[in-house]
Amino acid sequence: MEPVKINDLACNDLPWKIAYDPERCTLCGSCIAACTFDAIGPRMERRRMIYSDSETPDPKTLFSARPVIDQQNVLKNYCRGCGVCERVCPNSAISALRNPDSRFQVVHQCATGTAPKRGGRNNLEVQSRTLDTLRVGRISQMTDPSLDAQRHTFDCLAPLGRILPAKSLPLQLNAEGQLTQGGSTPPVRWIYPVIIGDMSIGALSWRMWEAIAMAVAYLNEECGLPVRMCSGEGGMPVRLLKSRHLKYMILQIASGHFGWNRIIQAMPHMVEDPAGVLIKIGQGAKPGDGGLLMAAKVAEHIQAIRGVPKTDLLSPPNHQGLYSIEESVQKMFLSFNAAFKFRVPVAIKVAASATSVSVFNNLVRDPYNIVGGFFLDGIDGGTGAAHDISLDHTGHPSVSKLRDCYLAAVAQGRQGQIPLWAAGGLGKTGNLAADAFKMICLGANGVFSGKLILQMAGCLGNDLGRCNACNTGLCPAGITTQEPVLARRLDPERVAENIVNYFLGMDMDLRKLMAPIGNSALPVGRSDCLVSTDKAVADRLQVQHVC
Amino acid sequence: MCRIGALKSRHYLHPSKALLLMQSQQKGHDNSGFAMVMQDLGGRFADYKKLPTLSLACTDKGLEITRELLRATGFRRVQEWQPEVNPIPGLDIQALANYAFQTFDYPESYRHATDREKEDLLTDTRLALRAALEPGEEGFVYSFWPDVITLKEIGDPRAIGTYFNLWQEDEEFTAKLITAQCRQNTNYEIVRYAAHPFFMQGYTALANGENTFYQKNKEFQSNLHRGYIGFESDSQCFLYTLHYLHRELGWPLSTYKHVITPLPFEDAVKRPDHEQLLVMRQSLAHLEINGPNTIIGVLPDNTLFTCCDAKKLRPVVVGRDADTVAISSEVCGINEVLPERDWEADIYPNEREIVIINDTLEVQRWNQ
Ligand code: SF4
Ligand code: SF4
Repeated sequence: MEPVKINDLACNDLPWKIAYDPERCTLCGSCIAACTFDAIGPRMERRRMIYSDSETPDPKTLFSARPVIDQQNVLKNYCRGCGVCERVCPNSAISALRNPDSRFQVVHQCATGTAPKRGGRNNLEVQSRTLDTLRVGRISQMTDPSLDAQRHTFDCLAPLGRILPAKSLPLQLNAEGQLTQGGSTPPVRWIYPVIIGDMSIGALSWRMWEAIAMAVAYLNEECGLPVRMCSGEGGMPVRLLKSRHLKYMILQIASGHFGWNRIIQAMPHMVEDPAGVLIKIGQGAKPGDGGLLMAAKVAEHIQAIRGVPKTDLLSPPNHQGLYSIEESVQKMFLSFNAAFKFRVPVAIKVAASATSVSVFNNLVRDPYNIVGGFFLDGIDGGTGAAHDISLDHTGHPSVSKLRDCYLAAVAQGRQGQIPLWAAGGLGKTGNLAADAFKMICLGANGVFSGKLILQMAGCLGNDLGRCNACNTGLCPAGITTQEPVLARRLDPERVAENIVNYFLGMDMDLRKLMAPIGNSALPVGRSDCLVSTDKAVADRLQVQHVC
Repeated sequence: MCRIGALKSRHYLHPSKALLLMQSQQKGHDNSGFAMVMQDLGGRFADYKKLPTLSLACTDKGLEITRELLRATGFRRVQEWQPEVNPIPGLDIQALANYAFQTFDYPESYRHATDREKEDLLTDTRLALRAALEPGEEGFVYSFWPDVITLKEIGDPRAIGTYFNLWQEDEEFTAKLITAQCRQNTNYEIVRYAAHPFFMQGYTALANGENTFYQKNKEFQSNLHRGYIGFESDSQCFLYTLHYLHRELGWPLSTYKHVITPLPFEDAVKRPDHEQLLVMRQSLAHLEINGPNTIIGVLPDNTLFTCCDAKKLRPVVVGRDADTVAISSEVCGINEVLPERDWEADIYPNEREIVIINDTLEVQRWNQ
């Protein structure tokens, strides 16, 4: 009998257990080849068979060695439950099952002295979402007709850029009594109310990034939807910086300033201005945690784009050298406004937090009028690498905070001056149009979304702990990897097509929600058309409670 | 649903004409009230065109409060007219004890004040009076402005006409410009203040329809001017927007349409003035109306205009003869007051125009 070595790692300590049926397996090896995590491998098993070959029982024992597929009980190679083995197995011989008795958190930390990391997903709070308790409850009838989603024209655009109060506009009456514009106003772009969120070319595979860029160009040029995409921190290919497609891109700068040397060098060669600049101060999924691109993902082309050697790339949690809002407004925002000669809106992205309203108030009152957008990111967003503890135990949902910011603006009569853009798990249930519409009614000008775009590309992960390996560079779907072999799993044209189709469907869905409330322009702040079946939500968001 | 109408003439008109204009449209409203604003007054008010007249409906106590407040502010009464009423039993009217139209001279200290200062005083006084009359609902003050009279009451317009003797034409109670509306029963509570036309500092507005951006308008307007209060009706927003654009920002009337019903982005970008259109739309996005509406408005120089929503979901007609222009929700109203006119010249304004009638009665159509 084997001694019990209770302190050795066993497969039933891990979050996923492999179910394998040797009867069905033909040992083709597909699953092993496909598993990017090396979580399964071949092994020999000793088998004993008792048989009798005479007419009366005459038990004999036959020992044989048989090759099987087996789960690795190695921490580094634990199974992520991505299900790729099951997808590729021609005989349905293998699958991964969730292990409800997993001891992973504890054994990982005990064995390595570090807590587990994972790709950004909020796996702890998966209960019902606030947005799902809200419905569009004010339906136009009789007194104000609802519109026809197919027939009427809709004006579904949202501003990005600082908007001046009417009294500060440089408009004067001329001698003929007509209004003429005497000076300039801050740049404002009217764009589609859903921005493809900031996922960097280092976090994503170049093929995935290219697929999104292709989809964005197609949506703009063939479908008439002015969708914008945010680069994420880390710059972008110089060829794109110098192309006319730059106008569809929002350039992001974060605390690591990665890629900005290239961007600055490319400036004299730019033929178009970018759609905007987004200064990332924080992100919702791991507020205060900074960014981390593991050396494993810093492939040669990433080194070129970012201008760095192959090493772990850390973005500090905050912008070193900025200690106050006043300072950041004056130094950072002003310098980026100036860099593009005040032709490009400069916005800020922050994590939803108990202090969001104070930050927003400070920005909306800034005397220079240079902050052109407030991007509020909530707990459910994010795809990057983070420690489990950050993902599971820090953060703030964005719905109530977005509402608070909007109401703070209303109280000061400053609604709309800094457009509000919200994110954080929007579209998590698959319907981004509904989430976007509800956020808009609560006061957002528009929303941004990243994780859902990954789902469109075939991401196998979910918020129940499945896969979540975006940080490893071993993405089984070729989405968040820089390994050429893995990246090739992704077909950029198919992904671009999926994204385009999704956006077209979403656009129709948005009209389907605007039509019944009788609006042809986005109902920003029209909380009167929302109702909630949850009294606490209704009270918190100041919408009607219904039952 | 409201029915709205307006009459503008070279001659002084008696309110019976306005009743007539609205009477034939009664199937469209619900006979729940009558309200009108008379501007450019004749008859007993003709000699006081520069002095403010207070339009008030109140209890006896309300009358007392008013007298006290105005006296304390320094206003000196120069004329008072209380219409003779016919309290015939069975009339469908919720009448108050007093209806007073009192004309005042400005306080002595305002002798050398600018027009703007005097106007601000009138508004502040009206707001103070409104606040003072509110506890116990002692009264309603509808306007306090030179050359303007407002009358509003709950009940059947015919009965209200009878009660105030409005069917009886006379020379003493007349105006060259009358706007009227026949519905008190708004979507919200029945409140006298909720009846349009609404009046503020020379601007009048009345509307037929539903303002689906009411909440946005209201939240935004509440911070724009101390006088933007009440919001008992979603149509009040149209007045405040008009007042804000034209008086506070000093923008021409043509911008009103661009703010309440902006051109779709795809059309706006084709225009030479698209930058200007865009900044206006951006800055005043919360004043857009985006619902089915027709608006009739009056500017301080007595220019009358009408326009409707961007989809023309509510009707309006403009008809005229040599001396009078009539605007009405339904053409039957105009047929009553101007039966001899050339009806082929009637204008049915489209969704992108403002029809303007200036003080010489010239009718202009401005395309947005
Ligand atoms: S589920 Fe994914 S990680 Fe687990 S063994 Fe299969 S392929 Fe490997
Ligand atoms: S992006 Fe790739 S690694 Fe991340 S959860 Fe999806 S499939 Fe897994």
